[in-house]
Amino acid sequence: MKRYLYYPGCSAEATGKAYDISTRALMEKLGTALIELDDWNCCGATSYFSVRELDSFAIAARNLSIAQQMGDDELCVICNACYTTLAKANRYMAESPEVFDAVQGALGAVGRTYDGNVKVRHIMDILVNDIGLEEFGSRVERRLTGLRVAPYYGCQFSRPMGEFDDVQMPTTMDRLFQATGADVITDFDAKTDCCGGMMMLTRSDAALRLCHELLTCARQGGADVIVAACPLCEMNLEGYQPLVNKTFGTDFDIPVMYFTQLAGLALGVDPKKLAIDKQVVSCDRVVAAIPA
Amino acid sequence: MADEKIAVYFCHCGSNIGGKVDVEKVTAWAAEQPNVVVSREYKYMCSDPGQDLIKDDIQKLGVNRVVVAACSPTMHEPTFRKAAADAGLNPFLLQMANVREHCSWVTEDKDEATEKAKRILSAQIHRLPFNQPLDPIEVPVNPAVMVVGGGIAGIEAALKLSATGKKVFLVERNPSIGGHMAMFDKTFPTLDCAACILTPKMSAAGKDPNITMLAYSEVEEVDGYVGNFKVKVRKKARYVNTDTCTGCAACQDACVVRKVPSEFDQGLGKRTAIYIPFPQAVPLRATIDPTNCLTLKGKKCKQPCTTACGPQAIDFDQQDEVLDLEVGAIIMATGFELWDPTPETRYSYGKFDNVITSLEFERISNASGPTGGHITLKNGEAPKSVAILHCVGSRDENFQEHCSRVCCMYSLKFSHLIKEHLPETEVYECYIDMRTYGKGYEEFYKRLMDEGVHMVRGRAGEVSNVALSPEEEGHLIVKVEDTLLGIVRRIPVDMVILSSGLAPAHDAKEVSQIFGFGCSANGFYLERHPKLEPVSTVTDGIFIAGCCQYPKDIPDTVAQAGAAAACALALVDNPTVKVEPTISYIDPEKCAGCHICVSVCPHAAIQYNEEKGVAEVITAACKGCGVCVAACGSNVPQQAGYLDEQIFAEIEGAMAL
Repeated sequence: MKRYLYYPGCSAEATGKAYDISTRALMEKLGTALIELDDWNCCGATSYFSVRELDSFAIAARNLSIAQQMGDDELCVICNACYTTLAKANRYMAESPEVFDAVQGALGAVGRTYDGNVKVRHIMDILVNDIGLEEFGSRVERRLTGLRVAPYYGCQFSRPMGEFDDVQMPTTMDRLFQATGADVITDFDAKTDCCGGMMMLTRSDAALRLCHELLTCARQGGADVIVAACPLCEMNLEGYQPLVNKTFGTDFDIPVMYFTQLAGLALGVDPKKLAIDKQVVSCDRVVAAIPA
Repeated sequence: MADEKIAVYFCHCGSNIGGKVDVEKVTAWAAEQPNVVVSREYKYMCSDPGQDLIKDDIQKLGVNRVVVAACSPTMHEPTFRKAAADAGLNPFLLQMANVREHCSWVTEDKDEATEKAKRILSAQIHRLPFNQPLDPIEVPVNPAVMVVGGGIAGIEAALKLSATGKKVFLVERNPSIGGHMAMFDKTFPTLDCAACILTPKMSAAGKDPNITMLAYSEVEEVDGYVGNFKVKVRKKARYVNTDTCTGCAACQDACVVRKVPSEFDQGLGKRTAIYIPFPQAVPLRATIDPTNCLTLKGKKCKQPCTTACGPQAIDFDQQDEVLDLEVGAIIMATGFELWDPTPETRYSYGKFDNVITSLEFERISNASGPTGGHITLKNGEAPKSVAILHCVGSRDENFQEHCSRVCCMYSLKFSHLIKEHLPETEVYECYIDMRTYGKGYEEFYKRLMDEGVHMVRGRAGEVSNVALSPEEEGHLIVKVEDTLLGIVRRIPVDMVILSSGLAPAHDAKEVSQIFGFGCSANGFYLERHPKLEPVSTVTDGIFIAGCCQYPKDIPDTVAQAGAAAACALALVDNPTVKVEPTISYIDPEKCAGCHICVSVCPHAAIQYNEEKGVAEVITAACKGCGVCVAACGSNVPQQAGYLDEQIFAEIEGAMAL
C-alpha cells in the first residue's frame, strides 16, 4: 500500500477540520495511507515571513527536518498556504547559501538538521499525478453528472512557483472533477483570485469585496457548488456569505466545499465520514443532486 | 626555437581588467617567463600610444612574437595584428590572451582573477614559439547581393544597393513584398498613411531592372564564404504563371472557396483559395493556396478560375523551382512576428470577441481592411469605450523581458485614430511607463493628452466579463491598479486592444543557423557588436537590418537598412577580399584516402582525388572550422594557426602553474 507522510497544518485542527477529515477518508478509500508527521508545528503561513522572513524559514524547515528524520523524501500537504510556505523554505534554502546556513544554525540549536531534499507535495498533485486520473476515474461510484462545479484554486495554489500546474490558469482540479463526470466551469475567471485571506480580520472591506467578486463570478458561471483547496479560502467564501450579502445587497447561498469532500462523495464515501454536515451553507442540495 | 623573442602587453582596459586583476603583479611575473624579453602594462593598449609600444619593441628590440593580454580577440585582434604588420611582423605571430571576457568580467575574487589571468597568459606564451607566419588568402568578390525579407527594411536595402548599380536578389517568403508596414493604417507620429509612403517603394523595387524579385520563395541552403556565397532558393509553386498573369483578380472573383481567413487581414477578413493578398501587392500576381484549393486537394471543382483567366495563366501542374544563386554579400531583413497573447490568459484573448491584438486593430482601422476602416466591435457596432493595454508579452519575465519599443507610440496612435473616427468614445491607455523617445514622439503624447485620452499608469491585471454593478453589465472589465491614484480600478469598456510586443520570427533560430550566425538570448538575430557593429553578424559578408535584430520603429529600420546596404556595398564594391589563412591542409603523403573528412566537411570543401587516391582541400571553400582535423583517424588534416603542437602547448601553458 502506497503511503505518504502527511502534514495537516493548524487550520485542519480548527476551522478547516472538515478538510483534514475528508482528506483522510478520501485517501483511505483510495487505499493510500497517510502517516501524520510527528510533533509538527505551524508552517508560519503568510504572516510570519512578511515580518520575520529568516525565522519563518526556520520554523517551516523544522517540519521538513522531521520528515527527513522519519526517512521520507516527500511530504503531503493539504492547505495552499502550508504548501507554498514549506516549498518556499526549500526554494530559498536551495537558492541562498546564507539562508541555508542560517536555517541549519537554528535547527542545530534544537538538535535538528535538514539537508533541503524533502519535496513538498500538494494533495491535489498526488491525486492527479501519482494516483492518476485513470485510476481515480475508475473508482468513481457516484458520477457527478450535471453538477455545475466552480473549481476555486486560490491565489497560493500555483503561485508563485507553478510546480505542477500553470501559474495563471491551473487545470488540475478541473481535470479531477471532469473525471467524476461533473460539469466543470473550466473558464471560471476567478479561479486563482485572492479571497482576501486573513485580511477578513484586519481589512474586512477589502476582503469582502474580493469574496463578492468571486461569488459573483461563480454565480455567473452557474455554479451549483464551489470547491476549494485551502481552509482560509473555504472559510471566507462560505462563512462570510451572509456578510457579503449584507454589505453588497446580494442573496448568495452557494454551497462551498473542500474539493476532497466532493471527490469523496463521487467515490461513494459516506457523507458523514466527509464531515459534510459541518458546512455552514448547507450542502444537502449538492448531496441530493448526485445520482446514487 | 632559441631565437624566439616574446613581448607581453597587459592592458588595464581602464578598470575593466585593472579593477579585478593585479596587473603589475602579472606583468612582473610574465617578464620571468621563458622567451619573454619584455613585459609591459598600459591603461588602454588599443589606443595609438598602446599600439606604438608594440611597434617600437618590434623595431627596436627585435621582438618577433607578441601576446596582448586584453579583451576578446573578436574585439581587437584585428587592431593589434595590423599594428604588428605595420611594424613588419607577420600578424599571425601575435596572439591575444582574453583576460577580460574570460577573466576579469566573470571572476568575483581579485586574487582568483589574478591567478586566472596568469594561466590565460601562460597558455599564449607557451603557444607562440610554435606559431608560423601565415599570409592572407585573397579571393575574388561576386558583386551581387541577396536581401532576405521584403518588408520595409529589405525593400530599402535593395533599392539603395540597386542605386549603386549592383544586382540584387530580393527574396520574400510571402506572395507579396511589403511586410508588416503594408498592413498598417497610419504611421506615428506624423500620421502619414503607411500605404502612401510604402507603396511607391514597393512598386519601385518591383520595376527596378537591377532587382530580381523572388517573392513566395525561401532560402534553403547557404554555402561559401564572404564574397562568394552560394545560395539555394526554393521558389514555391504559385500554380500561376507569373509571366502571363496580369493581376486582374478575375480568378479571385470567380473562385468558389471564399472563406479562407486572410493572413493579411489577421484572419478578420476572408480571402479566396486563389488570391492576391492585397490590392497593392508586388508582384501583383495571383497565388493558389494548395491547402484550400479544391483542385489541388484532389476534390471536384469546375475550376471557374481557369475559365475566368483571360491570359490562361493558371497552371495546376506547376512545381517548386530550386534556384542556385551566387552573391558576394547577404542582408538579412526577415522582420518580426507579433507576440501571440493567448498564453497571457488573464487578458482573455481568444475568449472574448472584443479583446483584439494591435495588428488586428491596424486592419480594422485601415480603409482597405475588413471593416472598410470603420472601427467596430464584432457585432458591427461602434465601441463607446476602448482600453488599450500596454506591454502585453513585453517587459514581463514570464514571457519576453525586452521592451518592444514601438508599442507605446502605436498605442497612442490608436487612441488618436479612435478619437478621430469616434470623437465620443472614451479611450483608456493602461501603461507601465510611457516611452516616447523618438523625434516628435513626446510632442505626440502631449497632443493625445489634450485630445482627452485617459492615461492610467498601471499594468492591467485582468480582463473579465464578471459585472459587479449595473454599469458594468454587458461590458468587458479591465482591472488595473492606477499607481498614480493608488487605487485598483475596474474600467468597463466595449473593446480591449492588447498592445502585444514584437517577438522574433518563430523560426529565427533555424534561419540564423542556415546562414551561419546566431541569435541573442531574447531570440533576435545577434549582431557582431551591439554598439559598433550593429548591422554585421559574426559571419563575414552577412548583415542584418530591421526588426530581425531587435524591435525598432520605421525610421530606425530604414536607417539600419541603409547602413546594411552601405556595409554590403563596402564589401562587394571591391574586386577581391582577404580571407583568413587558417584553413586545413591534407598531406598527400600521409592521407590513406578513407573519405571520412570528405563526409564530415560541412562546406563541401574537401574533394577526393581519384587519380592520386587522396583527399584534397579546396582552399577557397574551406572555412577553417577544423572538423576534418578532429575526424581523421590518422591525424592527417592540419589547420594552419591551430596545429596540434600549438594547441598542446597552449594546454601545457595553462596547466603549468
